Amino acid sequence: MKNEFQVISELIEKDKKVLDVGCGDGILMQFLKNNKNTNIRGLEISKSKVQECIAKGLTVIEGNAEKDLKQFPDKSFEYVVLSQTLQAFLNPELVMNELLRVGKKAIVTIPNFGYWRVRLHLLIKGTMPITKTLPDEWYNTPNIHMCSIKDFFYFAKSRNIKIFKSLAINNQNVSIINDSNLTIKNFFADLGIFLLEK
Amino acid sequence: MNAENNIKTLIVKKPLKLDCGKTINEFPIAYETYGTLNKNKDNAILVFHALTGDQFVTGQNPITKKDGWWSYAVGPDKAIDTKKYFVICANVMGGCMGSFGPSHEDPSTGTAFGTNFPVITINDMVNAQYNLLDHFGIDKLFSIAGGSMGGMQVLQFISNFPDKAKTVIPIACTSSHSAQNIAFNELGRQAIAADSNWKGGDYSYEDTIPNKGLAVARMAAHITYLSKKGLQEKFGRKLQEREDLKFGFDADFQIESYLRYQGSVFVDRFDANSYLYITRAMDYFDLAKQYKGNLSDAFRATRAKFFVISFTSDWLYPTQENKDIVIALNSIGADVGFVEIESDKGHDSFLLDVPDFLSALKNFLDKSYTEN
Repeated sequence: MKNEFQVISELIEKDKKVLDVGCGDGILMQFLKNNKNTNIRGLEISKSKVQECIAKGLTVIEGNAEKDLKQFPDKSFEYVVLSQTLQAFLNPELVMNELLRVGKKAIVTIPNFGYWRVRLHLLIKGTMPITKTLPDEWYNTPNIHMCSIKDFFYFAKSRNIKIFKSLAINNQNVSIINDSNLTIKNFFADLGIFLLEK
Repeated sequence: MNAENNIKTLIVKKPLKLDCGKTINEFPIAYETYGTLNKNKDNAILVFHALTGDQFVTGQNPITKKDGWWSYAVGPDKAIDTKKYFVICANVMGGCMGSFGPSHEDPSTGTAFGTNFPVITINDMVNAQYNLLDHFGIDKLFSIAGGSMGGMQVLQFISNFPDKAKTVIPIACTSSHSAQNIAFNELGRQAIAADSNWKGGDYSYEDTIPNKGLAVARMAAHITYLSKKGLQEKFGRKLQEREDLKFGFDADFQIESYLRYQGSVFVDRFDANSYLYITRAMDYFDLAKQYKGNLSDAFRATRAKFFVISFTSDWLYPTQENKDIVIALNSIGADVGFVEIESDKGHDSFLLDVPDFLSALKNFLDKSYTEN
């Protein structure tokens, strides 16, 4: 399991009810179910990924986060997880509002566009950055609303979203982001993980 | 329809009060089983059939000599694995394969009930079938499953008996029959009624029966079970055993010939009055209405795990109607999974060899069973 999922699962206590939005093939769901006794549900847009989840015995609903989150009542999950998908939505702000409505807390991870390799790629090559976490070309990337850790940090503050914890991941290193080291973390981390509440 | 010796029948002694107000006593429920009920009696799956199905789910149907209607899904090593599970299916009340229906003799007249048979509902059907649990001494079913009208029975069953099934699989169905579907059913009923042999339902079952009306009803309905794309790919404008158009009203096109054939084989195995009663039961089905318009309330009492399945090309029970069930379940925090299967085979997809559907069904059942 990738480091990101390890970090996410450490943020979730045992025996909680969790919704994994854009759960993919269900790796994180399965880990939480087996190790944290999580009452876990998934929402996934890809039919083949939904099939993979069913084959793992996971409860998944085929659907689109931008349209289908509205069927869940307010605060019906203790945690709602959104891993590296926020930047792919037409309207990320709307999805953020929905995550924070449905979940008592939300865990959101974002590929950091402020990462130094991303900056260097654009600076030196002058073309759209391609990295390990951002592997696609500009013309076929699903990521239409890229942001940096700093952007997300400011976004949360401006919307009065409480940030309980923000973590920076750079390869295997996990570190805490705070107001004083934000600029540095925004340069060295390729992924940001945020534990939020509204 | 008289090969009664091939038909297992439970005579229900307990009186059953029907939605129409009448009470019936000592009525027969014809059923079939597949596989073996285990010692703990926790491997039973109650399968509900659709409008024109019967209790012969898989293997050779002893009456029609054709494959059972869900042979793709049910059997040894199949999605509903009869090596593992004990599958029970009953002929619905109102049907014509041995369960209490309009072709049964009315003791007060000595002839068939015909349209003197009480109008029955999906609710009546599942209440009647519930007696099979007592018959087999099953406290809780491992699963209930069914497509189309079978799916409606699944929904009604779990709402009536919330703690009697661990898993619930409504397929290609709806919680409330739509105006379009009532319209199609009415077309079928009017085709039967327009046949002079129908005689207000009072036809003699040995003599002349409303074959033509019933065949037209089946032809019209059959179109609704397929998709435009599926029909186009299979038939297109292909001609039936002829080089060119004949400038007449014979079946020039293969699709015409196909529909005529579907109509003609249907009348050999199905009773026109049963068709009227069962389509009526479907039309009357509105689970939300039973709960004052709140569908979620139908499921509030159950802890069962739901798996809702729809098909992309099903325009009779489209994905949105299946999703409405999912939404009602999610709004009360129920355990529900949902998948829309890609298929161009229309509403009939659930009866056919659609690998993504069959594997999803199998995986859901087998994984849920091991978690028991």
